[in-house]
Amino acid sequence: MERKNAEAGSTAVACILALFLTVFTAVTVYYFVAITWFPPAITAFGALIDAQYHRTLIITGIVFVLAQLGLAWAVFRYRDQGQKVTYFEGHTGMEMVWTLATLVMFVGLGIYGERAWAEARFNEAAPGALQVEVTGMQFAWNFRYAGPDGQWGTIRPELISASTGNPVGLDPADANGRDDVVSPVMYVPVNREVEVLIRTQDVTHDFYVRELRLKQDAVPGLVIHLHFNATVPGEYEIACAELCGLGHQRMRSFLNVVPQEEYDRWMQEQLALLQP
Amino acid sequence: MPGTLTDDIEIIEAGHGGGGGGVPAGGDDGGDSGSGLPAIPRRAYFTAMQVGLAGIVMFFMALTSSFLVRKGLGTDWVAISLPPVLWFNSLVLLVSSATIQLAGRRLEAGDVPSFRYWWGLTIALGLLFLSGQVIAWRQLAAQGVFLSSNPDSSFFYLLTAAHGVHLAGGILALLYVAFRRWRRSRITQATAAALAGIYWHFMDGLWLFLLALLYLGR
Amino acid sequence: MVTHDSGGGGHQHHPPSGFIRKWIFSVDHKVIGLQYYFLALFSVFLGMGLSLLMRIHLVWPNAQLPSWLWPGGGQMTSEEYLALMTMHGSIMVFMVLTTAPQSGFGNYILPIQLGAADMAFPVLNMLSFWVTFVSLVVLGAAFFVAGGPPISGWTAYPPLSALGQIAGPGQGTGQTLWVIGVGIFCIAALLGALNFITTTLDLRTKGMTLSRMPLCVWAWLITAILGLLSFGVLLAACILLLLDRTAGTSFFIPGGLVLTDTPVTNHKGGSPLLWQHLFWFFGHPEVYIAILPGMGVASHILSTFARKPVFGYKAMVAAMSAIGFLGFMVWGHHMFMSGMSPYSAFAFSLMTMAIGVPSAIKTFNWLGTLWGGKIQFNTAMLFALGFVSLFVTGGLSGLFLAQPSIDLYMHDTYFVVAHFHLIMGVAAIFGIFAASYFWFPKMFGRMLNEGMGKIHFWFTFAGVYAIFMPMHFLGLAGHPRRYSDTTGVNYLVPLNEVHLFITIAALITITAQILFVINFIYSLKAGKKASENPWNATTLEWSIPSPPPFDNFGGQEPVVYRGAYEYGVPDAADDYIPQHLAPAKAGKAH
Repeated sequence: MERKNAEAGSTAVACILALFLTVFTAVTVYYFVAITWFPPAITAFGALIDAQYHRTLIITGIVFVLAQLGLAWAVFRYRDQGQKVTYFEGHTGMEMVWTLATLVMFVGLGIYGERAWAEARFNEAAPGALQVEVTGMQFAWNFRYAGPDGQWGTIRPELISASTGNPVGLDPADANGRDDVVSPVMYVPVNREVEVLIRTQDVTHDFYVRELRLKQDAVPGLVIHLHFNATVPGEYEIACAELCGLGHQRMRSFLNVVPQEEYDRWMQEQLALLQP
Repeated sequence: MPGTLTDDIEIIEAGHGGGGGGVPAGGDDGGDSGSGLPAIPRRAYFTAMQVGLAGIVMFFMALTSSFLVRKGLGTDWVAISLPPVLWFNSLVLLVSSATIQLAGRRLEAGDVPSFRYWWGLTIALGLLFLSGQVIAWRQLAAQGVFLSSNPDSSFFYLLTAAHGVHLAGGILALLYVAFRRWRRSRITQATAAALAGIYWHFMDGLWLFLLALLYLGR
Repeated sequence: MVTHDSGGGGHQHHPPSGFIRKWIFSVDHKVIGLQYYFLALFSVFLGMGLSLLMRIHLVWPNAQLPSWLWPGGGQMTSEEYLALMTMHGSIMVFMVLTTAPQSGFGNYILPIQLGAADMAFPVLNMLSFWVTFVSLVVLGAAFFVAGGPPISGWTAYPPLSALGQIAGPGQGTGQTLWVIGVGIFCIAALLGALNFITTTLDLRTKGMTLSRMPLCVWAWLITAILGLLSFGVLLAACILLLLDRTAGTSFFIPGGLVLTDTPVTNHKGGSPLLWQHLFWFFGHPEVYIAILPGMGVASHILSTFARKPVFGYKAMVAAMSAIGFLGFMVWGHHMFMSGMSPYSAFAFSLMTMAIGVPSAIKTFNWLGTLWGGKIQFNTAMLFALGFVSLFVTGGLSGLFLAQPSIDLYMHDTYFVVAHFHLIMGVAAIFGIFAASYFWFPKMFGRMLNEGMGKIHFWFTFAGVYAIFMPMHFLGLAGHPRRYSDTTGVNYLVPLNEVHLFITIAALITITAQILFVINFIYSLKAGKKASENPWNATTLEWSIPSPPPFDNFGGQEPVVYRGAYEYGVPDAADDYIPQHLAPAKAGKAH
């Protein structure tokens, strides 16, 4: 049959498309593989997450390369050069094979990754964990520690007044709250289990520290418990990761992971500031 | 999938190869519709009704699941006592389902005056139901229970209003069936009445479901 | 609206007369399809303009913008950025992706491909369009009210979206207009879905069994079912949100909230998560609504220009059905970090990974369609091929996000932005472009210019990858999304170069879209006249004139003898066998 379409089988177009797809695939693989875009994890479950990420990268990478190069090859090899078409409508055997293979790969990958998720979320904090209450508000974070008495003071929303130094609404009438430390930055000792109680005063925020591989929405009406154990000292940025209003992008604080002595010193300084 | 040549011919001859059969002289009116729109098979209207009801079901399912979730959540759920007039309203609606069914039968049997009577009665009962719902609202308001008073009352007003809006639409449909000139339509009045009947019964069933939800779920 | 015939014309279907009946309040599915298409075209350019402004602000947040670019000139504030972002997302998702592929092309082509004279309910069809139009007007009105458009994103999470003005600029009237506009859109979508489903089930012509329907028709059918079952849920959610905003209810707002030292006293007990569940129960099927028609069109065009049947037609139908069905069971993967139970998260995760399977089947089958074919590279085909590449790329990044452990890092970062733009914003747009280049000759009786089309394709294909691939890396670096600039977080500053690259790529790519507009307008008037079947294609729309007469088949009822993809049949008289060709004329027919 004659070619009825002037664009039929243009070798130039086929080559350019195939080349483009090939170069695109190579560049993509390069940028994913050769550059490490994220900082090292500083928690044990963080390492598990990174391992799962790499596993996923390998599997999706293989599928990506095969699919894009397969497309590139098909486009080049089967461009219209006047050949007869190989007429087939399908192949049930192949369909079964790649359906099964994909099912096993994808769902298997998901099941395998359950361990990292379970480490992070299924279990409660170890007993004796240091508790830090993390409160988000438009547009800042506040961190409360229970203080030497180990008791949380009552907080009441109607007492909240950031402008007069009571950002979380501590009730002065409650003795337990007298030694509660409220700080705009977070300090935790290294290699110590920390339990964060994540909450918010107004809209939904999200507590996100990339080095911890930790992220959790702060939901109004809920107090959500998470735990981590940071193994590398350093100053890490806390960013808000849930749209909360016009200051969403500047709602930033710091997580300082420090040796125990330095943490104790910092806590003493904070307690000293509480003296009336 | 392609069969053989003879398969194709058989299918066409048997006349059930397509879902359409959008035969020009079709519709269920014998072809003299004059509506200006291409005729469609009668069953398409019933398909559409089922499809439409499916969409409405999802809407009410969303509200229902919100009701159940909200109830399970907060500590501020205060069960309101349902105004007794609701039971009367339910009875009215049930009776109207019977009257609309009767009306449809009468029309099919060709007894137009009887159809008009029972159809009109259905419309009246529908309006009575809606008035009864408004009375229920008034009674609640008189007790100081408003839309925002507590979650149970919020859902009460919302669910009854949503149902009421859909029922009002149904009443408009009934009026349409009663008063429209059918000579220029693609369907007969009997078909339209049957469709309206399906919708009406559905509204009745939906009301019973919502009543059960509000009553048992308090 | 309904034309009445003046004579005793029996069942006669007369053409409409008068400008209003013909072009404004037309009940002709072809006109309505075009009305939707042009609404979407307008919206996509509006949406692109908004995104360009966003990209400029991201790179130069302190710039004093000229008044021809930015109303009133001066510096764009962060709330203005967020308003642009909210409207960009809302307009693109609702007015472009839910509209053009389904209501645009579906309305125009589906009845013809089924051999019908029109949709089942033409008047309802017209209503669907005008209700959509009203929703666009209401949504657009948010630009002009005090406080401006809302800043809560197209996802409108409460309490930010429920508390009103105190939560932020634009959260007063702007947000209310958004809620009402979206609610109205839901109604239009439901009406449209009803028409599509009924028409496909009941108006197929003689011989058009379900297994002979073109794959794009299957896609439109499944999409309509998804829309039917999901938009009602969004409508319910919008009503609840509206009541929270205006009637003092507390569906979504808990008690004890304090905004900038001011307590919120009239709400308690509600759940922000309830909104998320309702929204995403709709929202996930919605993204399949956006992509399924593109898949159908891609399958259709790939087969047509590889001159080979679709590989695995039945599997393709099964895969689309599976995607549609599973699509209702995965909404929780948008909520892994929301405070939802981690066990539910795991269950949603497995379902989501499972959805990768039918998507992979479709990809293999597209490759199988090309394999052994003889490929013709016109612009429509190029966009269809581009669709396959983009679908693979965008889909695979989903595998990362589907796992909650990895999502702990990636949620609400630019990795997510990259994923949904590639799979939805771009792949679906490529489906729209492919369909445009493919069906333009049929709709307007003229051919689009191939040279300009190809240039448009290359700029767009290279451009979208240049824009969105780097966003994966921003996400991997931990860059949160919905940030109006990078000045607030130190670790974002080194990423400014990437932002600059993306912005420049966006500028070039968006500018290149002008080629499409120029081609479109020029070809309408001066393009080469199109024959009935310029592509030598098999489906029914190519058996009638270009453009088609008002009643499609001239009052006749076409008869279909075979499936939709009989290309390259051995020993046939030609390299394609149209569906409507009687067997005797076809040589050895199937």
